[in-house]
Amino acid sequence: MSNTKKFTAVVVGLGLVTLSACGSSESGSGGSGDSRTVTLVSHDSWVVSKNVIADFEKRSGYEVRVLKDGDAGQAVNKAILTKDNPQGDVLFGVDNTLLSRALDNGLFQPYEAKGADLVKPEYRADQEQHRVTPVDTGDICVNYDKAYFSERKLDPPKTLDDLIEPQYKNLLVTENASTSSPGLGFLLGTAAKYGDDGWEGYWKKLKANGVKVVDGWEQAYNEEFSGSASGRKAGGDRPLVVSYASSPPAEVVFADPKPKTAPTGVATGTCFRQVEYAGLLSNARNPEGGKALLDFMLGKQFQQDMPLNMFVYPVREGAQVPEEFVKYGPQAEDPETMDPAKIADNRDEWVKSWTSLVLK
Amino acid sequence: MDVARTQVGVRARGNAARLGLLALPVAFFAVFFAYPVAAIVGRGLKADGTWQFGRLVDVLTQSDIRHVLWFTTWQALASTALTLLVALPGAYVFARFDFPGKQVLRAVVTVPFVLPTVVVGTAFLALVGRGGLLDELWGVRLDTTVWAILLAHVFFNYAVVVRTVGGLWAQLDPRQEEAARMLGASRLTAWRSVTLPALAPAVAAAALMVFLFTFTSFAVVQILGGPTFSTLEVEIYRQTTEVFDLTTAAVLTMVQFVAVGAVLAVHAWTVRRRETALRLVDASVTVRRPRGAGQWALLAGVLVSVAVLLLLPLAVLVQRSLDAPGFGYYRALTSEDGGTFLVPPIAAIGNSLSYAVVATAIAVLVGGLAAVALTRRDAGRFVRGFDALLMLPLGVSAVTVGFGFLIALDEPPLDLRASWILVPLAQALVGVPFVVRTMLPVLRAVDVRLREAAAVLGASPWRAWREVDLPMVRRALLVAAGFAFAVSLGEFGATVFIARPDSPTLPVAVARLLGRPGDLNYGQAMALSTILMVVCAAALLVLERLRTDRTGEF
Repeated sequence: MSNTKKFTAVVVGLGLVTLSACGSSESGSGGSGDSRTVTLVSHDSWVVSKNVIADFEKRSGYEVRVLKDGDAGQAVNKAILTKDNPQGDVLFGVDNTLLSRALDNGLFQPYEAKGADLVKPEYRADQEQHRVTPVDTGDICVNYDKAYFSERKLDPPKTLDDLIEPQYKNLLVTENASTSSPGLGFLLGTAAKYGDDGWEGYWKKLKANGVKVVDGWEQAYNEEFSGSASGRKAGGDRPLVVSYASSPPAEVVFADPKPKTAPTGVATGTCFRQVEYAGLLSNARNPEGGKALLDFMLGKQFQQDMPLNMFVYPVREGAQVPEEFVKYGPQAEDPETMDPAKIADNRDEWVKSWTSLVLK
Repeated sequence: MDVARTQVGVRARGNAARLGLLALPVAFFAVFFAYPVAAIVGRGLKADGTWQFGRLVDVLTQSDIRHVLWFTTWQALASTALTLLVALPGAYVFARFDFPGKQVLRAVVTVPFVLPTVVVGTAFLALVGRGGLLDELWGVRLDTTVWAILLAHVFFNYAVVVRTVGGLWAQLDPRQEEAARMLGASRLTAWRSVTLPALAPAVAAAALMVFLFTFTSFAVVQILGGPTFSTLEVEIYRQTTEVFDLTTAAVLTMVQFVAVGAVLAVHAWTVRRRETALRLVDASVTVRRPRGAGQWALLAGVLVSVAVLLLLPLAVLVQRSLDAPGFGYYRALTSEDGGTFLVPPIAAIGNSLSYAVVATAIAVLVGGLAAVALTRRDAGRFVRGFDALLMLPLGVSAVTVGFGFLIALDEPPLDLRASWILVPLAQALVGVPFVVRTMLPVLRAVDVRLREAAAVLGASPWRAWREVDLPMVRRALLVAAGFAFAVSLGEFGATVFIARPDSPTLPVAVARLLGRPGDLNYGQAMALSTILMVVCAAALLVLERLRTDRTGEF
């Protein structure tokens, strides 16, 4: 009897404590139209140094709220679903594989950010209306385990053509193109290189050469790949993996102690270029704040802060790249690219054919 | 005449009271589940302003969709059977035997249940994958086979069976079985005719939950099955987030609905035919040390199976989290310059705990009220239907609920999209079915004559409930609260939609860390997973301690 009371009191007490603890961090409801707050919707990978964002807040007078919304595809789809009553003012993280979907659904309103003229020409998009602003770029490339190849006196592969050579049999692990963004990028890279009629033939050879497909990047890179620190611990036995050009620098930056050289390298002829864009959402409650935020994202300070936080390259002319990138992460000279409209038209069909060709 | 009128009056009052009890669960369920799910399914089926019912046939006649449906069903059935096979002896041992470290072990076997599936997949790969333990010992590799999926499902759901069935088993009066033996029944006959019928509802409830969980399994299938195996849940996720074909996703959601609904209907029908009032005693009376070689062997067998299936994968995680000199990964958790978060990852512990407390309070309140209302033996069809409805959240994919929240709860007074309360609400939605399922068998087993006796002696209905039901169900209530708490700690699918970057929960933080290259990130993910395990085990132990010794009350 008294015990029951005690128990109830404990539960209620805990509940009250928690409620008050949570209540203090309450931030009002979604974009409550407060013109001093600007809300950025992004995928999970958004990271910015504290002092950089604080600097922007001080200079502009806006407070920045960030809503992370799962992976890039999820964030874009959610933004489309809530287009009439958006969760924020600016959406960041639309890449070239999703750009057409976003534009065709009327997700963004036109705004030409300050410094748009300083964006390197190859990254520009939607030049007539300026509904999106390029923010960063990165390459999806095959990474190789340096130790594996030097031990065997074998040259690591450089190009897509190399990957179907017999000396690289059973060495490559890639991701499911229908559920993983590097997996999709790699497929698009082969489609760009071998054309609408040729890519299926390439994948048949790749399959015959023992390519392994797992579902997501985490598993491919952290479990199957023999070159990453975590993969080594997990006993990964595939010395080739589809990842990013910026993965080798990450292997150095996030190691303790830091190695002299990166344990992994990039096969620079296997790359597909990804560009990520941001845009002002169509029914943004604080369009002025959103515009200021877009200007800031193209500014030199943010562009130079990005690489070591998000492991991507800047798009702005003259933005300095950190030395780890210069040293360990060579940018591909001539990566495969594809027009976003073409991606949108063919993507589902290609993924379907790829699935029945490679997975069945 | 007068008597008849009084009876009618009593019945009407009973109905009114029951409806009163049901008001809160019904409202909760309608606003936070039915309305959002209907909104998103409706949007998918009503493309371009017209209903797309023709698409139903389109989708269902695709061979790969049919293939997915078939695989989903048979792996769920196989997983459920295997889990019962492995876990029922465990339930018996935990219910009836006393051995050192039992309480800690009971908390530990619940830990897998709350681990983020991403982490479990990783741990299991270390066990059954390449270079894993089985590979080292016998050269056996099970990854990308169905066996890995089934074993992981056993790992996850072991606790569901042990806690639901064991909770009741511990309170069955062994004297009834003894009486049957006195009357000349063999040991087996006595068990079959006395204990088994009494346990049946709890076993059925456990089987139902395991089936629902495995039927809607997502990350386990993805990670361990490789891309060749796909469940309905995976397909819904893909259609919603990758292909953005809301119509197909809506059709598949409805298919899942129908399938889950059918299972619930079968369950309700079988349980109704079997429920009887039981004589419950306090658990501490029935527990004893194992006697004889057979019982010791049973205990040893269960402990070995727990060690291999449950402790080994957990140990792998712990080992990997310690794989840096001087707790390096743990120290990294306290710094902010990892960059993945606005706060040190360690802050996720506080967030997870506060969400879990609130979610547990909501789930116990809503589920408890519903369970009490559903207990009445004269419950009508409507109430029975509601019982099944409450289970539905387990059978709907998190991505559907999350997207539904997004488009349905976006206007004042219900604009909760950026509010912290949305997280515990979503978690409670999954917790309520557990509370109902763990409390119902016990509540229904309370002998109605005890209540009648109390009423005859002049106790008000509330007083009768407090003096008769509550002491008996307190244990079930705590088990239920433990479940709700554990579910909330480990919930990932819906939380990831709504957790803000400055307040990530443990599973969300783990997933973010796993998503970045580099040794430190991976190590921190393992360290956080280990912390999640410890936090969960500690919370469950505290709940176990809250049970006070009430021997001799009966």
